[in-house]
Amino acid sequence: MSNVPSDLKYTKSHEWIRVSGDTATVGITDHAQHELTDIVFVELPEIGKKFKGGDGCAVVESVKTASDIYSPVSGEILETNKSIVDNPALVNTEPYAGGWFFKIKLSNRAELDALLPPEKYQAQISG
Amino acid sequence: MGLNRTPLFASHQKLGAKLIDFGGWEMPVQYTSIVEEHFAVRHAAGIFDISHMGEVTVSGAGAADFLNHALTNDLRKLASGQGQYTLMCNGHGGVIDDLYVYRLSDEVYLLIINASRIEADVTWLQAQASKFLRQSELQLANVSDHYAAVAVQGPRVKEFVDQCVMGRSNCAIRVDRVSDLKKNQIAGFPFRGGDVLVSRTGYTGEDGFELIGRDDSIRQVWNAMLGAGQPYGLKPCGLGARDTLRTEVCYPLYGHELDENTTPIEAGLGFFVAFDKGEFIGRALLAEQKAKGVSKKLVAFKMVGKSAPPRPHYPIWVNGTKAGEVTSGTQSPSLGIGIGMGYVPPEWAKPDTRIEIEIRGKRSPALVVPKPIYRKA
Repeated sequence: MSNVPSDLKYTKSHEWIRVSGDTATVGITDHAQHELTDIVFVELPEIGKKFKGGDGCAVVESVKTASDIYSPVSGEILETNKSIVDNPALVNTEPYAGGWFFKIKLSNRAELDALLPPEKYQAQISG
Repeated sequence: MGLNRTPLFASHQKLGAKLIDFGGWEMPVQYTSIVEEHFAVRHAAGIFDISHMGEVTVSGAGAADFLNHALTNDLRKLASGQGQYTLMCNGHGGVIDDLYVYRLSDEVYLLIINASRIEADVTWLQAQASKFLRQSELQLANVSDHYAAVAVQGPRVKEFVDQCVMGRSNCAIRVDRVSDLKKNQIAGFPFRGGDVLVSRTGYTGEDGFELIGRDDSIRQVWNAMLGAGQPYGLKPCGLGARDTLRTEVCYPLYGHELDENTTPIEAGLGFFVAFDKGEFIGRALLAEQKAKGVSKKLVAFKMVGKSAPPRPHYPIWVNGTKAGEVTSGTQSPSLGIGIGMGYVPPEWAKPDTRIEIEIRGKRSPALVVPKPIYRKA
């Protein structure tokens, strides 16, 4: 049973986004970390780098595979989470809290409407 | 999926294993977590389904000569109830497979071969058998479909294995109990109305046993081991942990460190090539390599500093040039760093040589280290 918090929005590729004003925090979902298990390395984007929604912007590596992480929205990277670089296992244990990946300054709020609300994401991972 | 399933498939499903396609077989890659399963084997015990592997029997008065000609290691060293790691090479010294050969009796040998090479090995052996002068004294049988197998590995296995397969052996070598078998020994034991062959061998770098038998016997062995081993910390383990375990101790995997265009000398396995035993397939070219040198050499390496794990096919750079490829790589659970093996030109193969592994377009520093990368304290 994966945890799908109701105050977040989601992508089909298993990222979550928490919006606060015109910035947002992004991470990967409980379902994603559970599929990956044993995360051993995280590669985060550079601060100041700009991405379009849907661009690959980070990489998460488990023992067996490397997986691309896609930015849910367009914008500029404001901050990255050093804790998960030092301790990648945080992504497994706290995917929605201490395991966040980066904070991004939104350049196009309209993109948020295209993201999945919790019920739709829950349906996707249960189906 | 259209994939092959072993007789233990239902058990894997019941245990909630994550299943993948491994060379056409639907196999568990993990049950809980690769790291957890890896540590179970290093500290206590783990059980693996290895039923996909192949078995070939070679028997007759000519069996020993035939095999000693087809395999690189010295078969004459084997008494009944003993096995050895060996390689089967083509005329160019290229490896057709790496395998274990066991002597079950005076004239009966058992080969345990890689699942991905069953067809190639059997075709090759049959072709060699057709050229063998003493054909009436040689029988070859591919019995892979008849046998299932499990591996039980870890420092605590010897504490409970005798509770599962009980009593003394009845075939190959006389021992009072399974745990009396020495490394590389094999014996048959009666088991619940059938028989199982048990060898003290493994692919993890830990003490352990491999058990071969008919489907139904092995299903019962699996369940008996899970029951008896649980108080000792036994966990079912998948192919993911199997790979991290064998990479830590630098055991080669066919298709990665070994293939038909790679020789045992290049792979650093010269110890298993008995040049003094007389003629065998590939001898001439291997002897030439031993004397004149090789153009590529297998090294083990550790990443230096924090980096993404190295993976198969990542380029290896030495001295600013792309010089080879990673053949196996992973994040080592035991060491907490990236480790791997790969081929480099021989002048760069000494331990302490600095190399670079190209990971997603960026070159990360690594260090050549002696094998094995992981050693017990």
